[in-house]
Amino acid sequence: MRKWLLAAAGILALGISGASAQNYPTRSITMMIPFAAGGPTDTVGRLIAESMTKNLGQQVIVENAAGAGGTRAPGLVVKATPDGYTILLHHIGMSTAPTLYRKLAYKPLEDFEFVGLVTDAPMSLIARPGLEAKDMKGVLEYIAKTKEKTSYANAGIGSASHLCGMLLQAAVKQQFNTINFSGTGPAMTDILGDRVDLMCDQTTNTTGQIKGGKVKAYGVTTKTRVKSLPDLPPLDQAGLPGFEVAVWHGIYAPKGTPKEVVARLTQALQAALKDPKVISAFAELGTEPVPQDQATGPALQAKLKAEIDKWRPLIQAAGQFAD
Amino acid sequence: MDIFADFFGGMGANLALGFSQAVTLDNLFYCFVGVLLGTAIGVLPGLGPIATIALLLPITFKLDPVSALIMLSGIYYGAQYGGSTTAILINLPGETSSVVTAIDGHQMAKKGKAGLALFTSAVGSFFAGTVATFLIVGFAPVLASAALKFSPADYFSLMVMGFVAAVVLAQGSLLKALAMIVLGLLIAMVGPSESGSPRFTFDNPEFFDGFDFVALSMGIFGIGEIIRNLEDETKREAIKSRFLDLIPTKAELKEMIPPILRGTGIGSALGILPGGGAILGAFAAYSLEKRLSKTPQDFGKGKLAGVAGPESANNAGAQVSFIPMLTLGIPSNPVMALMLGALIIHRIVPGPTLVTDRPELFWGVVSSMWIGNFMLLVLNLPLIGMWVKFLTIPYRLLFPGIVTICCIGVYSVSNNPFDVHTMAACGLIGYVLFKLECEPAPLLLGFVIGRLMEQYFTRAMQLSFGDATVFVREPISASLLLVSAIALVLVLLPAIRKKREEAFAE
Repeated sequence: MRKWLLAAAGILALGISGASAQNYPTRSITMMIPFAAGGPTDTVGRLIAESMTKNLGQQVIVENAAGAGGTRAPGLVVKATPDGYTILLHHIGMSTAPTLYRKLAYKPLEDFEFVGLVTDAPMSLIARPGLEAKDMKGVLEYIAKTKEKTSYANAGIGSASHLCGMLLQAAVKQQFNTINFSGTGPAMTDILGDRVDLMCDQTTNTTGQIKGGKVKAYGVTTKTRVKSLPDLPPLDQAGLPGFEVAVWHGIYAPKGTPKEVVARLTQALQAALKDPKVISAFAELGTEPVPQDQATGPALQAKLKAEIDKWRPLIQAAGQFAD
Repeated sequence: MDIFADFFGGMGANLALGFSQAVTLDNLFYCFVGVLLGTAIGVLPGLGPIATIALLLPITFKLDPVSALIMLSGIYYGAQYGGSTTAILINLPGETSSVVTAIDGHQMAKKGKAGLALFTSAVGSFFAGTVATFLIVGFAPVLASAALKFSPADYFSLMVMGFVAAVVLAQGSLLKALAMIVLGLLIAMVGPSESGSPRFTFDNPEFFDGFDFVALSMGIFGIGEIIRNLEDETKREAIKSRFLDLIPTKAELKEMIPPILRGTGIGSALGILPGGGAILGAFAAYSLEKRLSKTPQDFGKGKLAGVAGPESANNAGAQVSFIPMLTLGIPSNPVMALMLGALIIHRIVPGPTLVTDRPELFWGVVSSMWIGNFMLLVLNLPLIGMWVKFLTIPYRLLFPGIVTICCIGVYSVSNNPFDVHTMAACGLIGYVLFKLECEPAPLLLGFVIGRLMEQYFTRAMQLSFGDATVFVREPISASLLLVSAIALVLVLLPAIRKKREEAFAE
């Protein structure tokens, strides 16, 4: 009975969405964010949602569905009616979840329509204030000397800082004493308290501490310098050639969302990324909008595929699984 | 001496700047809106500051950052005031801290002293809020850097102390209290382990994040209480309310002052610690009052000190927890994290430079806290009469409303229907526990502390490369463990002596 009802509701919904795709949107749109309000991803989402609201003429409401390491929100979006009124903003975790979670309830590449990339947020490598190393060379020497006793803080399994840590360990060919915290705040507390050596986290979380001189900072994870932290060299040039990781964000819609609707969303996203308010707020976060040709469905799809392939061997080599 | 002159001179200038920010018509308005909203959501069970602030975030984008933060902080500490109201009147604690208030507060309400309990809670909170504000004004940077000295090992030992407090919390059988703590611990085990792999989840993704405190507490306390009330028609009507009870007698005033002072002290001290110290404040204050009392057997039966101490501790902790956020940029709880998010959207990077970069923001918000606390007092005292009247509504009309609001509230925490199911199940558990004469407070404390304790234990062990002596080598940790050991012996001694006497009698 319930299945039958669901099917009927689905057909009805399809009919309605098919008929109204041209004048989409006619009511408010829910943007699901897989992390708690107040975090870096939430901030990116809210800035974009506010600007997309102006373009779409309908409110884009942010709904935080945190949980299960960022896999709960995509699971909910996959089950939503594919009419463009439920969309998802997710970060790099979309590409690592299929490897980290062996029993994922959705397939990132198959179960979504792709609206476009939003931004590549840089990360920065920081250390406790008492660490003697003056630059990245010094850090590498410290790691070579301290070996597996080098401690590394992350904000939890699957978090951006966890991913950067795995990449860093692979780059220096040394396992660290990795300590999982439940969020950036607690991790930062032990860095500030001079108890954990290193952390590589989103610039949003580190800039305040770096500018306040409370932590040591050695470089950024992008290939170019970051405007908000002009003194930090890219790690790529500071002794870790080829090192690059950015917290990229993308917007997704459930599979089956009409093409015109997805195109309309892409158009709104592109407009938001040209919005001076968004650009200046992003600059404050140490990031900038992706170029317009990246804010498209195919670009996001290609990025997701490339990133899944990039992280799978790294995660498997580290033997990290979240389930 | 010059240092002092500079310090107080600087403080005066800072406060002047702060008040010039906070006492504008606009900001007074936003402060009022904040505390009013805070009180309202605090009173509504389950609806917490997190959901409300998240909902209001888009509105604050349009405001000046100082006004925005003043309003959001008002919601936060306003909710602390409001939260005790439901705990006292209908035994429904919506926040960790009000679990303790419910123990004696609700008993007072049953004895017709709801007014007095609410008065005590409001006055205690106001006093604690005032003291905490001055602490922030005078010593925020010093306190913040002192708090950073607290290592994971120290936090672990602090949590051990919390456990001893949980044992002290128990009124009846010690064995049952221990069983409840362990049950709480076991429930806390569900979800991700420290290494990230799930435990006790039975492959059900709903269990991956463990249980939500609000759902658990509202189920066990609130829904359990409703089932219990529905079972016995006669008992329920025994709740009387008399307005005259609002104003305390001289003896009652004398009884509430020392606990308020002690509660403020404990709450402030624990609230500074960004790693979850504030949670322990109310529990610690309650245990201390019970220890110091000449009539500890009266606790749990409507003891005034059992409301005054924890309520003051709770509010002091809530205010003081702004210190790590404003001076270090470290959020000590999810609400603070949200406020940091609001600042970032206003293009203010929270961090150690906030005080010097944006003094008007820092001092403005701090000054507004005192104003807000005063507003809360003025707002809440006249409302007490209304709340007490609330109890005269026939229960058959009252309880469906409470259940509905509970469901909405629990759902709003993370927009997850599973939390509502959890609450329903916990309601039954709460009822069964009542039938078995097991107290739920130690269970909830075990649940809250268990997770933190494990986290800090793992971190401390990882940082010391598996050397367990770290807990006794570090001075803070060692002293905390020593205090816990002494307290535990003091609690257990009467029980052991009794056992021995029994043994000798035979």
